[in-house]
Amino acid sequence: MLTVSMNVNGQSVSGEIEERTLLVQFLREHLKLTGTHVGCDTSQCGACVIHVDGVSIKSCTMLAIQAEGSEVVTIEGLAGNGQLHPMQQAFKDNHGLQCGFCTPGMVMSGVDIVNRNGSEVDEATVRKELEGNICRCTGYHNIVKAIQAGAKDMGGQ
Amino acid sequence: MYNFSYEKVSSVDKAVEIIRSAEDGKFLAGGQTMLPTMKHRLADPSNLIDLGGIKELKEISSDENSVTIGAMVTHAAVAASIEINEAIPALSKLAGNIGDPAVRNRGTIGGSIANNDPAADYPAAVIALGATVITNKREFVGDDFFTGMFETALDDDEIIVSVKFPKTEVAAYMKFENPASRYAIAGVFLAKTADGVRIGVTGATACAHRGMRLEDALNQDFSPNSVDKIDLPVEKMNSDIHASAEYRAHLVKVMTKRAVQACT
Ligand SMILES: Cc1cc2nc3c(=O)[nH]c(=O)nc-3n(C[C@H](O)[C@H](O)[C@H](O)COP(=O)(O)OP(=O)(O)OC[C@H]3O[C@@H](n4cnc5c(N)ncnc54)[C@H](O)[C@@H]3O)c2cc1C
Ligand code: FES
Ligand code: FES
Repeated sequence: MLTVSMNVNGQSVSGEIEERTLLVQFLREHLKLTGTHVGCDTSQCGACVIHVDGVSIKSCTMLAIQAEGSEVVTIEGLAGNGQLHPMQQAFKDNHGLQCGFCTPGMVMSGVDIVNRNGSEVDEATVRKELEGNICRCTGYHNIVKAIQAGAKDMGGQ
Repeated sequence: MYNFSYEKVSSVDKAVEIIRSAEDGKFLAGGQTMLPTMKHRLADPSNLIDLGGIKELKEISSDENSVTIGAMVTHAAVAASIEINEAIPALSKLAGNIGDPAVRNRGTIGGSIANNDPAADYPAAVIALGATVITNKREFVGDDFFTGMFETALDDDEIIVSVKFPKTEVAAYMKFENPASRYAIAGVFLAKTADGVRIGVTGATACAHRGMRLEDALNQDFSPNSVDKIDLPVEKMNSDIHASAEYRAHLVKVMTKRAVQACT
């Protein structure tokens, strides 16, 4: 067993874990932050995407202990003061989700795409950058629209 | 995933010390291959030795003739490095097209070549550019490092420290990618060096290799058409649900032609 400590959504947390505990298991099973999903066992679907130290990663493909001392942001950490994050609002406004299973990962990847490409990111870039996020419902079209709209609304953030 | 002992080390020497005393130890780099493999119980190491704390493995440096990339440099860092982009633009582009952004933020060059997946991208670049793989024990040049399917010349207690690439402005990498994983169904890295054209082929056969026949033809006549007359050995090509052997042989030629076009 190991003790792991990190900062999750602005709060210091620690826990007793097995060495093999994946970061996504630590979030879901220890911290009960079940917004981060698991959709595959091949690291391909992106339902588990979160931010660690400011960049997107697949939390199913990182050990919890590898995040020791890191700053972690999950989908639960985006909204503040009772208001959706602009990217969440954009998914809602643009019908960017149907069943919602892929959505937490899509939103976290969307925010990461804007962080790296700015608020005017073009459609081709969004589509290419979503290569690691799979959606079985929407056909992606409205997800891409949502991310472009969210990018504009995130503006100077 | 079976459980294991975990240790994060801050020096190469310490990593070697632990692996020598472990029953069945494995190094952990970005974990983008190691962890999925362990989840599927295809690997069951007794110890994972996390190389993430070794600073010297994360450095990028260059001199007049070459650029050296530490084994723990991520694909995202290679893609974003101005130094690498100036030295070998084709290499930055290759790194920027591995997998997806989240995979690139964790996966490393050392892990990629140590793993030597038949469909991985970096091996094609190491071979075509005649790069030097530097370990804690010795150095390998180009294709000497890659010995077979998921096999390399590394000993069990040997760590890749860095990879040194000769600066090469005229080079291109073309891959026909698997639409789900982005791994190469066939990938061709072409470099125009002082010694002539060098080609590294990945994805097509059990192990990345030099495309000697393609090189010979292009050294005589550097044009896409000179690729047409070559017969590639179909019996050596991989055949799976993604592509038949005949299709892969065809794709290698098409990727080579595109690389030639990009270099003219
Ligand atoms: C969804 C997905 C898509 C991908 N797409 C592509 C793609 O398009 N192209 C591509 O090339 N790859 C692709 N990959 C693989 C990716 O590039 C991995 O990062 C890479 O294969 C392994 O690197 P790693 O740093 O994650 O190594 P790990 O998984 O940590 O380690 C892999 C192996 O290398 C050994 N090792 C690691 N570092 C060293 C070292 N310094 N010295 C000695 N041994 C070492 C480990 O012990 C282990 O056996 C993909 C992976 C995923 C999950
Ligand atoms: S659950 Fe992480 S990529 Fe599918
Ligand atoms: S909305 Fe159902 S998987 Fe994307």
